[in-house]
Amino acid sequence: MAKVLVVTSGKGGVGKTTSTAALGAALALNGQKVVVVDFDVGLRNLDLVMGAERRVVYDLINVAQGNAKLSQALIRDKRLENLALLPASQTRDKDALSEKGLARIIKELRTLFDWVICDSPAGIERGAMMAMRHADAAIIITNPEVSSVRDSDRIIGLLDAKTEKAAKGERVEKHLLITRYDQARAMRGEMLKKDDVLDILSVPLLGIIPESEQVLRASNLGQPVTIANPLSAPARAYNDAARRLMGDNLAINVPLERFNLLGRIFGGRAA
Amino acid sequence: MNFFGLFKRSDPLPATAPVARERLQVLLAHERGSPRNSSKMTALKEDIIDAIARHMLVKPEAVKVKIDRRAEVSILRIAVDIPA
Repeated sequence: MAKVLVVTSGKGGVGKTTSTAALGAALALNGQKVVVVDFDVGLRNLDLVMGAERRVVYDLINVAQGNAKLSQALIRDKRLENLALLPASQTRDKDALSEKGLARIIKELRTLFDWVICDSPAGIERGAMMAMRHADAAIIITNPEVSSVRDSDRIIGLLDAKTEKAAKGERVEKHLLITRYDQARAMRGEMLKKDDVLDILSVPLLGIIPESEQVLRASNLGQPVTIANPLSAPARAYNDAARRLMGDNLAINVPLERFNLLGRIFGGRAA
Repeated sequence: MNFFGLFKRSDPLPATAPVARERLQVLLAHERGSPRNSSKMTALKEDIIDAIARHMLVKPEAVKVKIDRRAEVSILRIAVDIPA
């Protein structure tokens, strides 16, 4: 039975696209059939973060309007055969995506994949509402910072009001993913702690992704961090989060970077 | 000036995370307030109308109940138009 996830946050720049790519790849590495769907019409970037920007021919809107088949628009990942991308349109207006067309696409994706991960645009406008509409579960991306926490709270309210599930009187399952977390700064009282964020938002925690230079490095290369450097701290945190989504009961911790002394001395790539 | 003070580490910056936490708690209690409490407000209004009705005749629309939520205190305002 396929599960539709929306990766959302309200605020921009907190790591929705990075997390969509990293979790999608991690689920695929764990043997799941996964499609990541970019809903940011006009400002697509999931293709770039996945390293597939030169392979986009058709997009979500072409399929929604019946101008292309889903199979023509889906881009198979070159590294993982059970991972695919459905890109957003870069040139079309965000209103070009119809409710009906989207419903049809999601229904079809459910038959082809185990996980349909919808990468929401920032904000609470139509694009964000469309991304969450068909979700069974939501991953709320939050930075330990006041504006991000406030916007997450707003999005949580909308998940309970504006989704298909809400319309049927059901609840969208919610998971909190804290990104860009700096354990040392949180300990020094310079940054909201994990428990502060959890107390305020009261959503169960899916994982904590530590702030890491590896995330930028991976996006520079067009690789999800879980593929680019699977042993790095953020990759391990994403992988654990993916396994929790699959139902594994893993204790939540903040992975630390393993200091690779030999790698530093000889200039090799540290794990 | 204390010579040894030059070698002393300057005081660490005061922790700001607790301030962030408190500001968020106050703000979100306020922002979540109106829709989630609307049924509570209706019930409160009905109770007030019942209490007044035991002593004098008033129309339900003559009773206005409002809560002003502020950071420090919240104010409950009850206005009742009594017929002359």
